[in-house]
Amino acid sequence: MGRGRREFLQKVIEGAGSAFLLQVVAPIAALAKPDASGYDAEGHYYGMGIQVDKCIGCGRCVEACKAENGVPREPLYFRTWVERYVIRSDGETTVDSPDGGIHGFPATAEENDIMRSFFVPKLCNHCDRPPCVQVCPVGATFKTEDGVVLVDSDYCIGCRYCIQACPYGARYLNPHTKTADKCTFCYHRITKGMTPACVEVCPTQARVFGETKAMSSPLRRLMRMGRLQVLKPSLNTEPKVFYTALDGEVR
Amino acid sequence: MRIWRIRDQVIRLSFVFAAVIIAFVVARWRFVPKTFGDIGHYRAASLEQMAGAEIRYAGTGVCEDCHGDVVETKNASYHRSLACEVCHGPAAKHAEAPDEHRPAIPRKRGDCLYCHEYLPSRPTGFPQVVEMSHNPMQACTSCHSPHDPTPPRVPDSCSACHAQISRTKSISNHTSLECETCHVAAPEHRQEPRAHLPSKPGDRAFCGGCHARDAESAAEIPRIDMAAHNPRYLCWQCHYPHSPEGH
Amino acid sequence: MTPHMDVAAALRQITGFIYPNELELHWALLVVIYPYLTGLVAGAFILASLEKVFKVKELEHTYRFSLLIALAFLIVAPLPLLTHLGHPERSFEIFLTPHFKSAMAMFGFVYAWYLMVVLLLEIWFEYRADLVRWSRSEHGVKRLVHNVLTLGSKDVSPGAVAFDHKAVHVITLIGIPSAFLLHGYVGFIFGSVKANPWWSSVLIPIVFLFSAIVSGISLVFLLYYIVTLLRKQTPDMACLNKLASFLFYALLVDFSLELLDFVHRLYESEESIKILSELIYTKLFLSLTIVQIILGTIAPILLLAVARFSKLPDELKRLGFFIAALLVQVGIFSTRWNVVIGGQLFSKSLRGLTFYKLEVGGAEGLLTGVTFLVLPLLILFVLVKVLPPWREARTREEG
Repeated sequence: MGRGRREFLQKVIEGAGSAFLLQVVAPIAALAKPDASGYDAEGHYYGMGIQVDKCIGCGRCVEACKAENGVPREPLYFRTWVERYVIRSDGETTVDSPDGGIHGFPATAEENDIMRSFFVPKLCNHCDRPPCVQVCPVGATFKTEDGVVLVDSDYCIGCRYCIQACPYGARYLNPHTKTADKCTFCYHRITKGMTPACVEVCPTQARVFGETKAMSSPLRRLMRMGRLQVLKPSLNTEPKVFYTALDGEVR
Repeated sequence: MRIWRIRDQVIRLSFVFAAVIIAFVVARWRFVPKTFGDIGHYRAASLEQMAGAEIRYAGTGVCEDCHGDVVETKNASYHRSLACEVCHGPAAKHAEAPDEHRPAIPRKRGDCLYCHEYLPSRPTGFPQVVEMSHNPMQACTSCHSPHDPTPPRVPDSCSACHAQISRTKSISNHTSLECETCHVAAPEHRQEPRAHLPSKPGDRAFCGGCHARDAESAAEIPRIDMAAHNPRYLCWQCHYPHSPEGH
Repeated sequence: MTPHMDVAAALRQITGFIYPNELELHWALLVVIYPYLTGLVAGAFILASLEKVFKVKELEHTYRFSLLIALAFLIVAPLPLLTHLGHPERSFEIFLTPHFKSAMAMFGFVYAWYLMVVLLLEIWFEYRADLVRWSRSEHGVKRLVHNVLTLGSKDVSPGAVAFDHKAVHVITLIGIPSAFLLHGYVGFIFGSVKANPWWSSVLIPIVFLFSAIVSGISLVFLLYYIVTLLRKQTPDMACLNKLASFLFYALLVDFSLELLDFVHRLYESEESIKILSELIYTKLFLSLTIVQIILGTIAPILLLAVARFSKLPDELKRLGFFIAALLVQVGIFSTRWNVVIGGQLFSKSLRGLTFYKLEVGGAEGLLTGVTFLVLPLLILFVLVKVLPPWREARTREEG
């Protein structure tokens, strides 16, 4: 091989090497950027509490969520929904969630045979070890510093892997943006000190929102006084939606 | 002088591979979004985008600024824990431009029944009505003011709030028993339920008043030997008093 | 499914309870086709490598052909994925910002590695000497194409050719684990989803791999048989026998693994066993019990055993092999279907079953699916014309 070729090859390798270094070094240096918006994410760590024995199954939370966040109205897409459990005297359990509970619930067929019955609101659990974040191939869904799991709908490629990975059925594919979508804890509200829409409208205050690590918040009190459960604990997703008075039949 | 002679094939191939790798590196440098990786493996700019979404529910505190009197009334009533917007819908636009956007005023029976229709799954004690038998065809607001929904008359039956218990009892052996037979409730309980809780029987002797062998009660009431029948337990630890047959 | 679907009709087809968001199935026909295609690629390549690395001489007829088959299917493989994405125009993000915790992020790199460093490289080294010699004696477009493919290399001295052979050997050695990775990671994508008890299993990547080997061998068999007949020649019986033997043994292993998975699930009887049993007996009865197990595994095993190890005349043996290979293809496609679609037919609440309606048209419809299954054959046709794999086409060293 001639000298000319060798030199050319060396130049090519050097050029590629430095471009690669730029790729690695520059992003690391950029990590130390200050937050410009005034809201300090590091000072918060959000969670939600749900008191099952207070839920009356009115469905106002489902309605408020769809209204606040522009969720498509078809019964295929829910950021939150309410399930009704009816356990009969013979132990058989029936569960239903007509249109997510957005219009309330109709009379139940087993009325005379009920041993126990209750409503369970459900939503994204904003897990501390979210399996949905783990499987996203491009980094379109992520957990923020304040403990909220979000989806970047300008970056999501719509592969639907996160929807498969969520054990709670909390995610759906938004038919308009063609990206994954789910409860955001009303991020646009909580970063301004408001509560999520579902918490705002709950008539019995069955839903409680707050800081998991602050000294006093409605959630903190629940964490102290209630016997807390989470959904599917054996999957080790470490949900941050805590239930009290949750029945063993609830999946 | 070289010890190893690099084959001609290898040289040609390495050009092709170098071209691909360079294209890849250039693409990465050019196309990765600017804020990607700033905080974590995501586009940091998306946080601002999401935090800036439109707010539609203003929150009760906002309503108080203009409608203080209504809010004050509500806060002294049974509806004190209700947000204004759960009935009136999202009102953030109204708060910004009150005359342009008017919130809905729910007047149909169905609007109140979201919460107050009788459903056995609702927690006991929550005020519920059976729609078909509770003044059908009349608007709820003709008797109940939404901001102070105190009923026009104090409910005369326990089933107004304890409908499921009442229904269960009505198809059981205890159907002829009045609630007051076992539970002593001050009249205030009907107006401030949690502040004046009714009593519950405290001992076996209470049930023995009807069910003991030597009790002076109707002949068809089943009798047991109080001393021998599970003396360590209180009766209601096994028998559900509202349906004592034992489903 | 679209928002325009008849929701009321859909809801009537649910049995039991499903989470409201589960009404729409997310991974449909296209995601069934993708593992089917990469399985064929991995299987065909591993078959080819048997000849090179383990020196199975009878398979020499199919060596180059297997490589071309692998390439044709590999080219088409990403297309169903791209079509399935909500935003295919953003698919390059997998290369730009891969999230390495996700098995799916591996896709871009494993695919690129396999395509460039293994398959294309191996084909190039294997054909290089012939490409040089062909381009010397050809004219027109053919000469141009072959010339470009040589990348300008002209050396066909014994030393250079020996280097080519050595390179092929080394690349095949790297290629075997690469082929395992190419298809194994797909199995891992499913097997690592703890949310789904039908998928979450240590065995899934292994079962995927073995069913890939099975499907690859049977595909090479079918194509070699058909193409040889189309060229009005007789398929080499020793080669067919060898292919049938490998297919038989691979089927035995594959069946044992699937049986193991089944027995294990039944024995442990975890919480999901009730709904999964209901799934197998109702929604998946036809595709699992009948098509995958009976028609796709047991029948070919018996057929191959009889055809291979008995004293039947060659024509009947060939027929038996052919039918078995065909059944295997249907069976492996059904396997992919049962894993992908089956895993979404039951609710994660473990309380209900939903349904899947295959549309005829549309991006996820039957016609699109069939296109992706036929396209590799068309590409193979072109490849065979450009890089003829037949013995007769090979050139010799002059003198």
